[in-house]
Formats: sequence, C-alpha cells, structure tokens
Amino acid sequence: MNFNEIQELIKLINKSNLTEFKLKDKDFEVLIRTDKYQKGSGQTYITAPPATMSVMPQQQAAIAPSNAQAATAPKNDEQSGAETAKGKNIVEIKSPIVGTFYRASGPDKPVFTKVGDQVKQGDVVCIIEAMKLFNEIESDATGTIVKVLVEDASPVEYDQVLFLVEV
Amino acid sequence: MYMFNKILIANRGEIALRIIRTCKEMGIKTVAIYSKADAESLHVRFADEAVCIGPASSAESYLNIPRIMAAVEITNADAIHPGYGFLAENAGFAEICRQSGVKFIGPTPEMINKMGDKVTAKETMIKAGVPVVPGSDGLLKDVKQGIKIANQIGYPVILKATAGGGGKGMRIVTKDDEFEDAWDSARKEAKASFTNDGIYVEKYVVEPRHIEFQIVGDQYGNVCHLSERDCSIQRRHQKLVEESPSPFMTPELREKMGEAAIKAGKSINYEGVGTIEFLVDKFRNFYFMEMNTRIQVEHPVTEEVIDHDLIKEQIKVAAGIPISGKNYYPTMHAMECRINAEDIFNGFRPNPGKITSFHSAKGHGVRVDTHVYAGYSVPPFYDSMIAKLICKAQTREDCIKKMQRALDEFVIEGIKTTIPFHKALMKNEAFKSGDFNTGFMNTFDMDNCKE
Repeated sequence: MNFNEIQELIKLINKSNLTEFKLKDKDFEVLIRTDKYQKGSGQTYITAPPATMSVMPQQQAAIAPSNAQAATAPKNDEQSGAETAKGKNIVEIKSPIVGTFYRASGPDKPVFTKVGDQVKQGDVVCIIEAMKLFNEIESDATGTIVKVLVEDASPVEYDQVLFLVEV
Repeated sequence: MYMFNKILIANRGEIALRIIRTCKEMGIKTVAIYSKADAESLHVRFADEAVCIGPASSAESYLNIPRIMAAVEITNADAIHPGYGFLAENAGFAEICRQSGVKFIGPTPEMINKMGDKVTAKETMIKAGVPVVPGSDGLLKDVKQGIKIANQIGYPVILKATAGGGGKGMRIVTKDDEFEDAWDSARKEAKASFTNDGIYVEKYVVEPRHIEFQIVGDQYGNVCHLSERDCSIQRRHQKLVEESPSPFMTPELREKMGEAAIKAGKSINYEGVGTIEFLVDKFRNFYFMEMNTRIQVEHPVTEEVIDHDLIKEQIKVAAGIPISGKNYYPTMHAMECRINAEDIFNGFRPNPGKITSFHSAKGHGVRVDTHVYAGYSVPPFYDSMIAKLICKAQTREDCIKKMQRALDEFVIEGIKTTIPFHKALMKNEAFKSGDFNTGFMNTFDMDNCKE
C-alpha cells in the first residue's frame, strides 16, 4: 500500500462510523483508530472481518474515478462512507428535494437531532431550504441516529443520504 | 458586456452534452441536472458540477421548475440554457428565471407567448407582411363557421390546434360532410394533449415542402438569417432527415424567404436563435407555418454549412453581444439522419434497452452528436433519439455517398435503431433526385429497409 492509498484510507475511515480499523496483508499491517474510539461509542457496525475486507477493494477502485471527477468527488466519498457503515439494520434518510441542508431551524437554535439521539418515524430531523421555502424533513424510521452525513448549510441533491438511523 | 460565469443546462441527452462542450470552449463553468434514470448519462460526467434533481419521471425532474431553480440556487449558476423540448418554450419558466435574476438563454417570455400560440403568431405575421397560409381569422367558433371558411378558401383544408405541436390535434378535411367528425376528433385530441381545445382552420397546402429558416436576433433589434434547412422527410410530423441547402431552393426564393424570415424576427424584436418554418408549394409559393423560439435538434446541419457554432452565438447574444447583421449562405451541402432507438418494422415504436456495442461513424466530413456509449442503457422515460449523424460534402450527391458510407460503418447493438431505414432512404431514387415533399413517407416502402 503506498502513501496515497493510506491517505485515502484514512479519509474513508474518518467519514464512516468506524471507530477502529485493522488491515493485514502478508507482511503489511495497518491499524487506524478514530476519535470515536476514545469516546467509546460502544456500538459496532462492522459485521465481520471478511465483509470489511471485501468492501475495501471496491473503495480502492472507487478512489481513482472519484479523483478524476474533482467536482463530484465529495458526493462519491459520502456515498462510499455510507456504504461502509451499512449493515443489516441501518436505514438511510434521503433528501426528497434539492436545496440547502440546515441542522437547526435558525442560527441560534438547537440542532433538530444529533448522533446518538433517538428518533421516531415522523420526527423532524433537519430543514432543507429551497428558494426561500423551508421544508422540514421527517425521519422515515424509528431508531438511533448513528451518522450525520452532510455539514450544516451545505447543498444537497435529490436522494442524497442525510442521516443513518440504526433501527 | 458580461459573460456568464456558470450555466446550468436544464436538459438531458445529446443537447445537454452539446451545450456543455461549447461552454467549456468558452471558459464557462457548467452544471448538469439529471434524474435518477440519467445518472449514467454522459452529460452528467462531462459537466463541472452535477445535481440530481428527482426521480425518472419528467414531471418530477426536467419539467419541474422548483427543483431546477433550487439547483440553480445551490450551484450559483447565473444563466440557464433550456436546450430544446422540456421547458425551452415555456414562457412561465422564462418569466421565473427573469424574476430570479438568472438569465434564460433564449427569448423573453413575451416573445415566447407571441409565437407559442399559433393563432397569435399568424396574426403577428400578417401584420408584419409575411405571407401566411389562408385560413380562419383566429379560432373557429363552430362547425358552421368552419364549413363557411373552408368553402371560401377552397378544399382541402386542415384543422389545427392553436396550442399544438408534434402533429397532434390536426385533421385534414376534403369536403363538407367530413367537417363535423374531424372537428370533434381534433378538439378531443387537442384537449387531451395540450388542455386547450382551440382549433383554427387553414388551407391544406398540397405536396408541400417543409423548408425552415434559421435566424439569430440580438438585444439591439438586429436580426439576420443563416439560410434554410429542408425537413420534408417526416413521419407523422416528426422529422427524420434534414439538409441544407434545400434541393428545391433557388437563389431568388432564398432571398425572398430570407427577407420574410427576418421580417418575422424583427416583428417581435426577437432575441436569441430561432427558426421560421415555411410550407412551400410546388409553384414555389411559400407560407409562414410557425416559429420555434429555441435551438432546434437539426441545428448542426446549418452549423456545418456556414461553419459557425450556433450554441456559442446563442450564449453571446444572451450575454448582450451584438450580431454583425450579416446573413449567411451555405458554402457546401450537409445532411443529418436522426438515429432513434426505434423498431422500424413495428410502427417505429420505441426500443429502449442496453446498448451492448457502439461504434459510431467517423472520418472526413462526418459528425456524430450523441450521448450514448457501449454499455449505456437507453431509459424508457424520454424521447427515443440517441444520436445525430451529420455528413457534409461539396455537393449533395457526394453528401449522400458519404452518408451511405457512414451508415454502413455505424454499429449499434443491443437495441433496434432507425439505421436500416436511413440506409434504405439514402438509396431511394426519389430522395436522391431531390424531388420529394412532406408526403414522401406515405408511399415509402418499408420493405426496402430489410437487409
């Protein structure tokens, strides 16, 4: 594994829900722990080592094309990040519209939801603003928010994954 | 004068790619919008930014104004190119762009309205001194009035929907006792297709040729023409092949028609590229039929014979750059074959599916505008055109030979296409002689297409 590949690996791990990642290949071994590891979230989303290993080559293949398309790369990374964490009990909350994503109803207001919160189906999880209209986006699922995939005040497109909910 | 920083292309397929290419050459950033069904389309890959705006259905994507405007907002595009079809001639959309401070690359809502309604367009042309097909003065009130007018102008006549397009809401009437049924049927179809059942009547020009003139107007009242395209080879009012110059044209007729086309453009102070469609009878009398206030599918035919990029001219005019006012005349011969994903032996019905191999024609004098590639799946939700094959040569005869050669090497596997039809057409004696009109396909024997 060369330096660029390790850089990309670190980026991917960071964007995912993983707290710890270990890869061993002949006489090459790498262990990556994220800050979530220190906070001890206590929830693991990796089903089994073979599953993790099989995900890796796909993402390595995905790295080259997404770098070639500079403008669309962030979107690709977010999607592969979502896929690493997708296990059997993860539901994606996707954007039904195009607009700007906000985590709270105003700059001084509290966020609607954050990682670790329980949500019920129908709870408002965020606002997406389009053309001065503020649309409240509701959760499709009941469970725990495990990942927020979009930064506050960023643009989102149709069907873009916003949150991951563990049901 | 300010050139746009970023253009959002509110379209898909080959025209979206076409626009992106010119923007790239002009140093303008591009935003592609796409439906989920078009995620693998080339225009998405070639644009600087791409925004998925909705699911496959056109109503929720390419026709959906709020979603498109939201995409403009999040990407900060300062202009929108609407392409052709979809919202390209939607005055409401042009108005929303204007109010939102985004430049709609095309005419103003007022110009679109004037020409979009066929009855209003005709009235405007009469006032401007452009010859029109004799007919009713506005919409028909009832069958009685229709029959009276039909007898005044002489049968055969054609009933047309004022909000019409694509051949819908049209019925030919040859005598009085056919009138009532044709009237009822045309109104029903118009209501269903355009929610407007307004009908007017015109003299039906027998054996007409469809000859259209390309015009360009700037923001300062200047209008010029870029000569004609002959689009007489049509099936159910859908064009199959277009060429420039028209084999039926003479220098004198071109002067007269060109002048009429410019008058038409100036009568509404037209801004942008547009096309004035004329019917030409066998005596070379010409009549205004309609005006299209957008870039057209067959624009490459004109581009090849006058050697200018029409999309670039469109963008320049929209940015406030004046035109020279010069007219342009064809310096060689060009022809376009529309390659559709259709089954020609089953009523040309659409044939979407996965293209397993794709080898387009190449070589001297050959141009292919397409958004498809080997491995691409043609979605069933949109129109069936997958490529435009354009050839150009010094003479019409050479152009046809080149088209034959190009069609022979054009390989598309996995879906049925209209390539076999075009091959047969290029061998057809009537077509080769240049002696044809819009009735051509009525007598074309499809058995010639079997290989």
